[in-house]
Amino acid sequence: MKKQIRGKCYVVGDDIDTDQIIPAQYLSYSLSLPEERKMYARFALSGIPEKNQGLPEGGRPFVREGEFKSDYTVVLAGKNFGCGSSREHASFCMREAGIKAVVAEFYSRIFFRNSVNGGYLIPFESDGRLVENVKTGDEVEIDVKANTFENISSGKTFHLKPLGEVLPIIEAGDVFKYAKTKGMMK
Amino acid sequence: MGMTLTEKILARHAGKTSVVPGDNIWVDVDLLMTHDVCGPGTIGVFKDHFGKNAKVWDRHKVVVIPDHYIFTADEKCHRNVDILRDFVKEQDLPYYYDVGSEKYKGVCHIALPEEGHTRPGEVLFGTDSHTCTAGAFGEFATGIGNTDAGFILGTGKLWVRVPETMRFVFEGPLPPYLMAKDLILQIIGDIGVDGAIYRAMEFSGDGVFSLNIEERMTLCNMVIEAGGKNGVIEPDDVTVNFVKSKTKKPFEIVKNDSSAKYFYEKVYKTKDLEPVVAKPHSPDNKALVRKVEGTPLDRAYVGSCTGGKITDFIAAAKILKGRKAKIDLFIVPATTEVDRNLDKEKIDGMTLREIFKEAGGRMGDASCAACLGGPTDTFGRLNKAEVCISTTNRNFPGRMGSKQAQVYLASPYTVAASAVEGKITDPRKFL
Repeated sequence: MKKQIRGKCYVVGDDIDTDQIIPAQYLSYSLSLPEERKMYARFALSGIPEKNQGLPEGGRPFVREGEFKSDYTVVLAGKNFGCGSSREHASFCMREAGIKAVVAEFYSRIFFRNSVNGGYLIPFESDGRLVENVKTGDEVEIDVKANTFENISSGKTFHLKPLGEVLPIIEAGDVFKYAKTKGMMK
Repeated sequence: MGMTLTEKILARHAGKTSVVPGDNIWVDVDLLMTHDVCGPGTIGVFKDHFGKNAKVWDRHKVVVIPDHYIFTADEKCHRNVDILRDFVKEQDLPYYYDVGSEKYKGVCHIALPEEGHTRPGEVLFGTDSHTCTAGAFGEFATGIGNTDAGFILGTGKLWVRVPETMRFVFEGPLPPYLMAKDLILQIIGDIGVDGAIYRAMEFSGDGVFSLNIEERMTLCNMVIEAGGKNGVIEPDDVTVNFVKSKTKKPFEIVKNDSSAKYFYEKVYKTKDLEPVVAKPHSPDNKALVRKVEGTPLDRAYVGSCTGGKITDFIAAAKILKGRKAKIDLFIVPATTEVDRNLDKEKIDGMTLREIFKEAGGRMGDASCAACLGGPTDTFGRLNKAEVCISTTNRNFPGRMGSKQAQVYLASPYTVAASAVEGKITDPRKFL
């Protein structure tokens, strides 16, 4: 597990559900074939209405037309990120686009589990609402050990909640590696 | 200390005498269900981590039900069903309901009870968020992702955090104009789409126990729309008689301890409630139907795991009988069994199918269809900035297709009444 995660931040609002993260029409792409899995990166967060894409201004697509990687490394969200369906494609598509961590006030249960157990990205919970403190495109740095989120562009630092009981799974890499450390799998 | 029924089921499946909310435990899984959207990914995870030649932990505990993207020209969707078919053959799985065969069912959450796979006291996981529907049978049931499902295929176990239980009590039988959909939309509107995150939602009271099994399924089906982990209803004679009519497998009834502790309790008097809708673009955006009456509509849709059961179609037909829909009306039975029952159930001598056809309804094949948008050629999909009233479960932007579309969620009564008028209409006008 890396100690620091640094890069550009993409900001979204509350209740971003899995249909906004990856619309259902793209779920027929294979998660394993390289030519198809890159489409998940292409369409990551594409279901968010244009005016809410990249706050505060909006109108900033997460992945630019014709690209298969996002310019962003961290997603910052409000409440209840990842609500809706159980599709693991949601955590997967963000990882494929280059996202290392999400910071949200809190998550839907299944998105949180998928992100941790699949080892796709780290779902941090912010200590209070941060959405209004960061603009899409700001350079940010997360200190994974110290549980801090710094907006380098503005010079402000915020606390994140400790990862708590899921930290051992995140440190192991995913639930399979964790289960092996516990002797539950060969 | 006393336990709720959710806590008791989880404790038993973890080999413990007691658990408390917040405990992280490993539970033994009674049944894993997967479908065509998440099955291929689940199989991929399983093979990656347990080996190309690995066998599932118990072939009698895996149920595979293709239901999402069936009637489409998208070749990738057919390829995904082929992946399921090959895996079922390789693992010799007895419970597979193949597309194009007589066994084909349609929507998994309705197919599971029809085929006897939902049983009181059990632990069911499925790769679909509406797996919580099965809590209506007095079991612990919840949705998971591919990784968790792949883990279960290899080990038969999964870690879960024991949820606190929120209890919703409905006092008094339902007035004739209300359906379970109104009750659950009322709750979600009251507590919000994040009101039950990580928690169990239990439904109780004589209002709930007077409901038939399908209406109970509607209540449990939408707990995920409040963020709930599982929905559950204590099993009674209605539950037991239904389950015994579908399976000979033994099961154990689990009930709440009288000293069980609830995180939250809310009592509703059903006579005080009215028909409600969830306005665009969130299931908690509640409004009384009479407050939004007259809102113009382009389409009415009756279908899905939430609102595509025979009870839902009987309700819609009561209002549509002898009337014409003023807007496009889509009728999509959840399963092939529901589809067949459209020809068996009659109102005043007319079958439901005849009633819908006379009303101008367009009949779809059993599947998830447009509830979640899907491929662009999906039956009933909202492909432009249309306004739809629907018996389905979610109305976030883009859920039923275009993100320019607007979706109102409502009961089958309200959807049917609105179809007749071409605008949002209180069903009491026709009942």
